[in-house]
Amino acid sequence: MTFFLQLVISGFSLGMVYALIAIGFVIILKCSKAFNIAQGHFVMIGGYLGFTFLVTFHLPVWASLLAAIAVAIVMGLLIERLTLRPLVGQPVLAVIMMTIALATVLEGLATLIWGGEYKTYHGLLPTITLKIGELSIPPSTLIGIMVSIVTVAILMIFFRYTKRGLAMRATAEDEQVVQSAGIKVTTVYALSWVIACVVGVISGILLGGVSGVQIILANVGLKAFAVVLLGGINSIGGAIIAGMILGILENVAAGYLDPLLPAGGGLADVFPFIIIIIVLVFRPHGLFGLAEIERI
Amino acid sequence: MALPSGTFNQSYAQDMTIFRTKTQWLMLLAFLVFLFTSPLYFSDRILTLMTIIGITVISVHGLNILTGYCNQISIGHAGFMAAGGFTSAVLCTKLGWPFWAALPCAALMAGLVGILFGLPSLRIKGFYLIMATIAAHFIIIWFILQFHDITGGIFGLAAPRPEIGSFVFKSKASYFYLVMIIACMATFVAKNIVRTKAGRAFIAIRDNELAAEVMGVNLWAYKLLAFFLGCVFAGVAGALLVHYYGWASPDQFPFFNSVWYLGMLIVGGMGSTMGAIFGAVSLKLLDELVIILGPMIAAVVPAIAAQAAASLGLITRGLVIIIFLIFEPRGLAHRWEMVKAYYRLWPFSH
Repeated sequence: MTFFLQLVISGFSLGMVYALIAIGFVIILKCSKAFNIAQGHFVMIGGYLGFTFLVTFHLPVWASLLAAIAVAIVMGLLIERLTLRPLVGQPVLAVIMMTIALATVLEGLATLIWGGEYKTYHGLLPTITLKIGELSIPPSTLIGIMVSIVTVAILMIFFRYTKRGLAMRATAEDEQVVQSAGIKVTTVYALSWVIACVVGVISGILLGGVSGVQIILANVGLKAFAVVLLGGINSIGGAIIAGMILGILENVAAGYLDPLLPAGGGLADVFPFIIIIIVLVFRPHGLFGLAEIERI
Repeated sequence: MALPSGTFNQSYAQDMTIFRTKTQWLMLLAFLVFLFTSPLYFSDRILTLMTIIGITVISVHGLNILTGYCNQISIGHAGFMAAGGFTSAVLCTKLGWPFWAALPCAALMAGLVGILFGLPSLRIKGFYLIMATIAAHFIIIWFILQFHDITGGIFGLAAPRPEIGSFVFKSKASYFYLVMIIACMATFVAKNIVRTKAGRAFIAIRDNELAAEVMGVNLWAYKLLAFFLGCVFAGVAGALLVHYYGWASPDQFPFFNSVWYLGMLIVGGMGSTMGAIFGAVSLKLLDELVIILGPMIAAVVPAIAAQAAASLGLITRGLVIIIFLIFEPRGLAHRWEMVKAYYRLWPFSH
């Protein structure tokens, strides 16, 4: 039983990582209908930025966070203006290939600047480990939960009550109508990329502070798409719930089924992808997403 | 297709023909002669590069049918290649089959795996299908790693060079000929598949799925056919690759290759057989250029020496795709058509 609970808890923290990546993805998708494959790379860049500001420049935590957010804003604006805006009106494949190319460039830049090594800055961020009986709850879980809750709360308020947030939701609904209502669509797009970058970078710093950062971190982004699909691609709340479900399922499945498999498992690596196939076959719009209706 | 002045199509056969004029036949012949005599004047290093390019061209032809013509975007092509490659290696090494019997089986196996992962394509498209094919890649590789009794798992499996009678395709030049003959056949087949009823159905599905269905195109059958055909090409390419290295290993089919094949299609031009060739050739050459230039740049800027090769490769690959998406979304094939039209009309611009 302890084994099971421990699996659930570590799965939960993994799920939070997935959820944070998924949130950034959903924000961009909600506003500009662009599928951002590079979201995992934003997280990776965030982790490395944290290393640069905290360890290399010895900045205090709050200053590092602000500096990283500033970099994220610039990065988001540049990415939107230089690569995504020329593609308005192009087919889905063009936009997806663009974000894949972006991911490739970001990975190359990270390798170039930080050497692609495993970097860690333990102890600079507050690390708390809760112990309940025999169970220990790792700090990543706690930080993950806190950040997710805060992010989601801010985003929900933003999308529901502020004028800018409403404009973004409206843009997702119908670009032309929004334009005729006097909203600048380009600003909305830029804002959505900035928000996604900032969310990605913040979660990257937190993750890096907990478990270190390396290039592989970006590959978590691919797995996080299982979360996005399971939760429904246009639901922020869905992304979080699906993140938890998937993280726990993945860990429990790996914990119990791996010993039974011939080559010692590795089930954790493919489990999200199996989930992707199952979701796509049986419920393409996910748990909380809106089913698409197609018209000629 | 624009014709040289004074040439008119007077029959349906003339209208449909690919090589219309004597000049075109001559150029094809010249190209083929050049291609098949190239072992005479190129070094082994260049022959290796050309062999790899030939294998890539076969694979990208398959992706072009699937993605360029039928619009079923697949980022799992390296996975399907792995399915073909390992089938061939297992048949040759474990069961002692000759290469010539294993190759069709590899193609068939890859095609069947393609159909399996193409099954969701009736319900989903666009981004969802991309996710399904990404998942396909990882699941295929995982299966190969799991069944290590058969496939050798992480260590891989020997894959002997093919042989006819007592002649073994051991030298670089002999394998080059094998790959190039199959690549030419693949190009011929790929060009003509899209001119058949099935090919027109693919194009109808690409342009408007609902309209195609209303016209009587059986969406399910034709989408699965597209997956089957595309993956058959991938299977052949995978088998050739594995037997070229003499070893089948999951590392030969990294996920990044799946993405890169799609990149080749974008750079070359989607939905054009020439585009698939252009894309594969130009991007493989670009890779080679980076491999040559990387150490030079590292020598000039010592700070990045250690990671220069890896990172510069990634950055150039990404930038090339970005530049093509923004400035020439229709790819090199379109540029090529424009150049041809320009010289056909020269010196009169209209």
